[in-house]
Amino acid sequence: MSDNQTIMEVNNLKMYFPITRGVFKRTVGWTQAVDDVSFRIKKGETLGLVGESGCGKTTLGRAILQLHKPTAGTVKFEGEELTTLPRRDLRERTSRMQIIFQDPFSSLNPRMTVGAIVREPLVIHGVANGEERRRVVEELLERVGLNAQFANRFPHEFSGGQRQRIGIARALALNPTFIVADEPITSLDVSIQAQIVNLMEDLQDELGLTYLFITHDLSMVRHICDRVAVMYLGKIVELSGVEALYNNAMHPYTQSLLSAIPVPDPVVEETRQRIILEGDVPSPANPPAGCNFCTRCPKVMERCFHAEPELKELAPDHSVACFVAEESWQKASMQKEV
Amino acid sequence: MNNQSPLMSVKDLTTRFHTEDGTVFAVNGISYDLFEGETIAVVGESGCGKSVHALSIMRLIPTPPGEIVRGEVTFQGRDLLKLPRDAMRHVRGTEIAMIFQDPMTSLNPVFTIGYQIAEPLREHLNMSKKAAEERVVELLDMVGISDAAERVKSYPHEFSGGMRQRAMIAMALSCMPKLLIADEPTTALDVTIQAQIVELVKRLRAELNMSIIWITHDLGIVAGLAERILVMYAGYIVETAPVKELYANPSHPYTLGLLRSLPRVDKGRAAGRRLIPIAGLPPDQIDPTNACPFAPRCQFAVERCLSENPSLKSIGPRHQIACWVNVHEAAPEVVR
Repeated sequence: MSDNQTIMEVNNLKMYFPITRGVFKRTVGWTQAVDDVSFRIKKGETLGLVGESGCGKTTLGRAILQLHKPTAGTVKFEGEELTTLPRRDLRERTSRMQIIFQDPFSSLNPRMTVGAIVREPLVIHGVANGEERRRVVEELLERVGLNAQFANRFPHEFSGGQRQRIGIARALALNPTFIVADEPITSLDVSIQAQIVNLMEDLQDELGLTYLFITHDLSMVRHICDRVAVMYLGKIVELSGVEALYNNAMHPYTQSLLSAIPVPDPVVEETRQRIILEGDVPSPANPPAGCNFCTRCPKVMERCFHAEPELKELAPDHSVACFVAEESWQKASMQKEV
Repeated sequence: MNNQSPLMSVKDLTTRFHTEDGTVFAVNGISYDLFEGETIAVVGESGCGKSVHALSIMRLIPTPPGEIVRGEVTFQGRDLLKLPRDAMRHVRGTEIAMIFQDPMTSLNPVFTIGYQIAEPLREHLNMSKKAAEERVVELLDMVGISDAAERVKSYPHEFSGGMRQRAMIAMALSCMPKLLIADEPTTALDVTIQAQIVELVKRLRAELNMSIIWITHDLGIVAGLAERILVMYAGYIVETAPVKELYANPSHPYTLGLLRSLPRVDKGRAAGRRLIPIAGLPPDQIDPTNACPFAPRCQFAVERCLSENPSLKSIGPRHQIACWVNVHEAAPEVVR
């Protein structure tokens, strides 16, 4: 069902990392960072990818961009299969897809000037030259709200928010259509976060960008995203439009995640019911049998320990991988018929 | 709570760091009272002096380059800043305890969890090895670590982030302190684990009748936790109010800006609603000025703000702000 509306189509993507031991680096097991994930991103939308640390959201973002070679599965970008492309062709395609990193401190080379950092993608891909190239860099800096004169300065002269702007300018250099934003605001102060989010929204409107917005901040997701995929231990457990997710979360993990987020309003906080999850996320090297969430799920049933639920579309554009949600949905629809 | 004398009273606390680039005015004469059993939150962005203020109270500021220039911290009748080192050492741990942001680096990787929690018990309370060991198991049990008797033998790397923070809390509470200073204790943790830790602290607070100073940058987390909020900016307290009053009626332009720049998980995005960021950057606090430190970023700034730094003044019951402008009169449409 790949059509013009879909910019990115991911099917059954798996990303396993070997666990090695001993002198000969024998493989003794696999960390299943991303395990059989399928979804689609529409042109011009922002898909939020949320989950706790270690759930595989960053790995998924990188595997999509072919920064990791996926273990299995397919990634179709603008109708073209990326996983089987030869390296040289891949570089050309990937200029259309870029990444913004979480840490603006370690993702900029401290020995390069800001101008050189933003220019680098142009040089690598042989876009423009001389005077023209300089002009492009200046335009990019101004587009992200920086003074064009900053091109001669070094990253250490800038604050976190400004550095993140430099990272965004670099990502925009090759006119990408698709950007993976990997926790772009997590390391910034609250008052600066809003500046960067507004910038990203403006750029999306002006340039028609598509974002995969990776974060653990569910409040920001509600603000910036059109659709949301919730990940737990390498799998997508719920995928839906943003309002449907926040108003009617079906997966017990999403429900507890949403209830755990504090609201900056003491009056609301007084009346809120928290679902406190017990324990920690299991290791992705040794996921539990059955449903990955069964060790912490407050609604767990016998069946969850043996069988693995699949991601099923229970309502229009609202998919859930959970037996409990499925059952209650079946009951509800039966009652409707009666 | 109002008529009794405060558990701790901070007066004109001023801390500076003498660095190669000049003197950093980290904390600039802050004063407040903390009552028994009360939880206050100190909220501000990185570099606002919230952690330095806590370290100053604990006398943990490295000197040099740091220096507590002046001020008093009266805790149960004694000025902590004037206590001899040994006496202060006893206060830390038995009467005031602190937990830190990063449970990864605040535990020693080469000692077992049990040993590290037992250390203050043996040091401060002169417990025997055996008694301390038994107490450690009780403490780990209290902070919700299952299978505590086995877990005391574990090393920090065998614990997850949430469990390490629980162990830190057990260690902090081992000598039943009157005051717990929590410096961003949940920032490094995931939201579901953060919720666990907050619930734990709430439960223990009630059980042990502690006062808490919760230091954070997150106006969300303290809304359901603290009774009173102090908002810090550039080393000054710019607004303080009881929690409900602060969120319902934020009156300093900085507090207002912070609250408006936050997206909310409980509210959908109304058509066209944008986040309203605070323009500009926080000051570097090296050159002291007479101006209000927030003036360069403030949309309400008037001439006076650039020549005179306002001090805290009351604008309601227990509600104080340091600002020349009445934002409610200046811009009622912004305040809502």
